[in-house]
Amino acid sequence: MKRKDKGWFALFTVPLLFIFTTVVIIPFIIGIVYSFYKWDGIPANPKIFVGFNNFVQIFQDDRFIASAWNTVKFTVFALIAVNLLGLVFSLIVTTKLRVSNAARTMFFMPNLIGGLILGYIWQFIFTDAFNFIGDKTGLHSIFFNWLLDPQYALYAMVIVFTWQMAGYTMIIYIAGIQGVPDDLIEAAKVDGANLWHRLTRIIFPLLMPSFTICLFLTLSGAFKIFDVNLSLTKGGPSNATEMFAMNIYNEIFGYGHYGLGQAKAIIFFLVVAIITLTQVIITKKREVQM
Amino acid sequence: MKQIGKYVSEILLVVLAVAFLSPVYIMVVNSFKNRAELYQSALALPSSLSFQYYAQAMDKMNFLTAFRNSLFVTVVSVLFIVILSSMTAWMLVRTNNRLSQIIFMTLVATMLIPFQTLMMPLMQVMDFIRTNFHIPMLNTHGGLIYMNVGFNASMAVFLYHGFMKSVPIALEEAATLDGCSKFGVFWRIVFPLLKTITVTIAILDVIALWNDYLLPSLTLADKGLRTIPLSTFYFFGEFTIVWNLAMAGLTLTVIPVVIFYVFSQKYIIKGIAAGAVK
Repeated sequence: MKRKDKGWFALFTVPLLFIFTTVVIIPFIIGIVYSFYKWDGIPANPKIFVGFNNFVQIFQDDRFIASAWNTVKFTVFALIAVNLLGLVFSLIVTTKLRVSNAARTMFFMPNLIGGLILGYIWQFIFTDAFNFIGDKTGLHSIFFNWLLDPQYALYAMVIVFTWQMAGYTMIIYIAGIQGVPDDLIEAAKVDGANLWHRLTRIIFPLLMPSFTICLFLTLSGAFKIFDVNLSLTKGGPSNATEMFAMNIYNEIFGYGHYGLGQAKAIIFFLVVAIITLTQVIITKKREVQM
Repeated sequence: MKQIGKYVSEILLVVLAVAFLSPVYIMVVNSFKNRAELYQSALALPSSLSFQYYAQAMDKMNFLTAFRNSLFVTVVSVLFIVILSSMTAWMLVRTNNRLSQIIFMTLVATMLIPFQTLMMPLMQVMDFIRTNFHIPMLNTHGGLIYMNVGFNASMAVFLYHGFMKSVPIALEEAATLDGCSKFGVFWRIVFPLLKTITVTIAILDVIALWNDYLLPSLTLADKGLRTIPLSTFYFFGEFTIVWNLAMAGLTLTVIPVVIFYVFSQKYIIKGIAAGAVK
């Protein structure tokens, strides 16, 4: 590279790379260092090197294990619900009805409202609106305050997350469905294939790339959930819905266990990285086959 | 017969879509009711349309200031993300050497890091800059914008990088021969050709930054600096929630989003599909 070119290269890339280094790279590295220390976050207090102690402590921390289990349960339910609903919406919306576009617009709308606001709206629904419906209809076994019941509070989170994300996966499934050639469907119709056969034998196999994208998008989204968790349940009742991300937040900023919390954050990173890399590998494999 | 079936399915679809948005309905109707009416009939239409709770909510949550703050932080952040990332991506694509590859791979690899892994050490770094270089990184909009750019850089560079292949290099070479500097080549010739992907990136970032809660909550302490998601603190910070007031406040926060959606729906849906498939 000529000297002048080097100058241009620096001029174009250094501003962004400088910001990126100070915001992402340096915090990531010192974050790893912090995870080996015991510190309460107060600058005047000493940071004590404890080696792998924090990591050992994490796996004896019942509340952390519980939050990991909550996250897994939530993620599995959310994965199924979001993709099922998104897929159904996309199939309905691509049927060329006159109201299809309007319906698509409405199904997608919740996705644009932030998770925090969504959680607050649904908090009212699951507490007061549900109590009200229960009183009116007498169906107290379904319509009661869901957020006070550990099991149902988790389902409530699944519902809110589904409400938010179904439209998002719908958009991706629609793109996939529009890629299915029309004449293929027509030919199948002529051959007497009914709707179920057309779906399972033609459309679903051709949608496999969309399935992969949507599954992993919801997987990582659900796994990292924080905003809805905070505004809908705050982790309650009695920590029954405290997810991974919120447990880390509470450990660091709630209890002031900066070292221990950061060690959890590193574990969190490793798990997210493994999930995402698995996705990349699977997607790449598919592309080769197609 | 077929015609009737079509009408029926159209009506069913409308019913389904409206039912899907019923939480929005519940939010809006209850923002007009007084406390007694809200608990007597949580699902019914309000008996009168009084905007007093809106006026009150607007005042309590400092809505206009929060709106201005959100708008400023989002627009300036997105502007910087688009300008700096497109420049970086172009140089990385056009300079085919080891260094470019390492930079690109580093940027892509960091997309794996969740925010919770970085939030605490990030605050320490920003505090370090503040105390040692006297640059106010915390509790300022400038600092928040700086961090937004850093966090969204890798995704934007990644998307620009992939799109850059469709930009013909012959045009750039011709312009260089005509005596155009690299700066001129990029801004006059390359950047206009990146319009599609720029719109996608801008839309994805606008949505993400407008709704962002955790990072602003960690950096902005002053009430006057709060963005819209932070302004809802007023309603949910206390022990008892005054729901009619809160619903008016939440409706206010949703209105700008709906307006944005109505006007740029086409681009949003395209952008989402393009951004997800990356």
